[in-house]
Amino acid sequence: MKIGRSAAAGSLESSDAMVTISPGEGMTVEIESVVMKQFGPAIEAAVRQELARQGVEDALVRVQDKGALECTIRARVETAILRAGEVKA
Amino acid sequence: MSKLCDSLRQAMERAGLKDGMTLSFHHHLRNGDHVLNMVLEEAARMGVKDLTVQASSLFDVHAPLIGHIQRGVVTGIETDYMGGVLGKAVSQGLLDRPVVFRSHGGRPAAIESGRVHIDIAFIAAPTADCQGNLNGVYGPAACGSLGYAFSDARCAGKVVAVTDNLVPYPASPASIDETLVDYVVRVDCIGDPQGIVSGTTRITRDPVGLRIAQYAAQVIEHSGLLKDGFSFQTGAGGASLAVTQYLRPIMKQMGIKGGFGLGGITGYLVDMLEEGYFEQLLDVQCFDLRAVQSIRDNPRHQEISAMRYASPTAKSAAVDNLDVVILGATQIDDHFNVNVHTDSSGQIMGGAGGHSDTAAGAKLTMIVAPLFRARLPIVVDQVLAVSTPGDTVDVLVTQRGIAVNPAKPQLKAQLEQAGLPVYPIQELREMAQRLTGVPQPVPRGDRVVGLVEYRDGRIIDEIYQIP
Repeated sequence: MKIGRSAAAGSLESSDAMVTISPGEGMTVEIESVVMKQFGPAIEAAVRQELARQGVEDALVRVQDKGALECTIRARVETAILRAGEVKA
Repeated sequence: MSKLCDSLRQAMERAGLKDGMTLSFHHHLRNGDHVLNMVLEEAARMGVKDLTVQASSLFDVHAPLIGHIQRGVVTGIETDYMGGVLGKAVSQGLLDRPVVFRSHGGRPAAIESGRVHIDIAFIAAPTADCQGNLNGVYGPAACGSLGYAFSDARCAGKVVAVTDNLVPYPASPASIDETLVDYVVRVDCIGDPQGIVSGTTRITRDPVGLRIAQYAAQVIEHSGLLKDGFSFQTGAGGASLAVTQYLRPIMKQMGIKGGFGLGGITGYLVDMLEEGYFEQLLDVQCFDLRAVQSIRDNPRHQEISAMRYASPTAKSAAVDNLDVVILGATQIDDHFNVNVHTDSSGQIMGGAGGHSDTAAGAKLTMIVAPLFRARLPIVVDQVLAVSTPGDTVDVLVTQRGIAVNPAKPQLKAQLEQAGLPVYPIQELREMAQRLTGVPQPVPRGDRVVGLVEYRDGRIIDEIYQIP
């Protein structure tokens, strides 16, 4: 999917994550997390997997994680992608 | 010569303040306290260096301490609890000397034995007269009990009462009386009463917290301890407080008349006193303004010293008569050791307070905590700091299940018989990890920044710098 505009999903509540996606060239993933030390690589892997699953190749993705479970992070990423994606006719 | 001084500076000079001294402070004004900052600011102006702060607790309001440490005014801290702002700085290596953490019972025991010497004790006194008779129940900064200040007043080289409500002699009641006080000074404001009520002293509305509280009340119901004369302490955390909400109807239904409520006292326990659920409240510290009002007006709500509350060296202490205590945790391990000093990343954000004292004294010590908090499981292989040893902890209650210390097989059988969801503690950890994933171990620095001194004076753990 091509990212046509900026969009966000999620919140900054504890145990949630805010995912923001904007158009970009190539893939940039920025992650901030309150559990970076314990789960940093796991969060990045989940985000990249979700992007790949939705066929996103070019985007700037920012994740502000407040200790969300992996299923929550994946759901937030997916929603952000669908909100940012260009709708094909 | 009059005890009354013209200024804080004069009081500090007359008390003989000089380099290298130990100054003590009590924390009943909690996050509204102005006295500690006021004294250290004056000490800094006087050019004094190398002070040790001996405090019963330190809160975020005491953040100016960081600057005093950076400038060498303060070089040592001993406390029972430290809030997150100061805790973060200490964890990053602010001090050369490790912070000595004691418990609310261990501190007065160390002071009264002479092992800890206080040169000057500063008593924040919501009301005082010119001879130093003082109390916490009247005045604009009324905070109720002054329990943690008693040993300081009894044992310090010099005692300075700092008040913003100077009344004609003799002040009544005199919680701490003139026989112990050297100097009295009036200042504009000793503290903000709004800061006495900290954010933790409200019942949770979080469904996870309420479920935990419901199970906790059921554990008490089936522990065999809920009978006439029942005694009880709960922390001020939201879930701990909620337990009282579920315990009341159980006590009512069973027709139980409790003996006493202990500890830091909240309005919720005051309600139970007034409605006849308890005969007495023993109060070392008021957590809210309703408790302040009650200790002032209700003779069945007594002020007690930290020594009487929790000291292991007193001839007896109230914790030794306690049936049930409900406590929190940031981490608990397979052996039921509890951490309340650091968060899951090893950063200091608390301290034992009365945790380890009540755990040692109570017949049933219950830890209430969510299975995981912001993706971090509460049950871990090894806690980052042992605040309370596992052999004094009986039960862990989470929203998904209850674990009983294997040393208490009879209790486990009783809870199982009552139909409560009892699991081995390892299974609770695995249950959490199935949802959160397995956290990577956090790296730690090489330097020790904190020592956990148990109530008997033994160092039971070290807290390391955050890299």
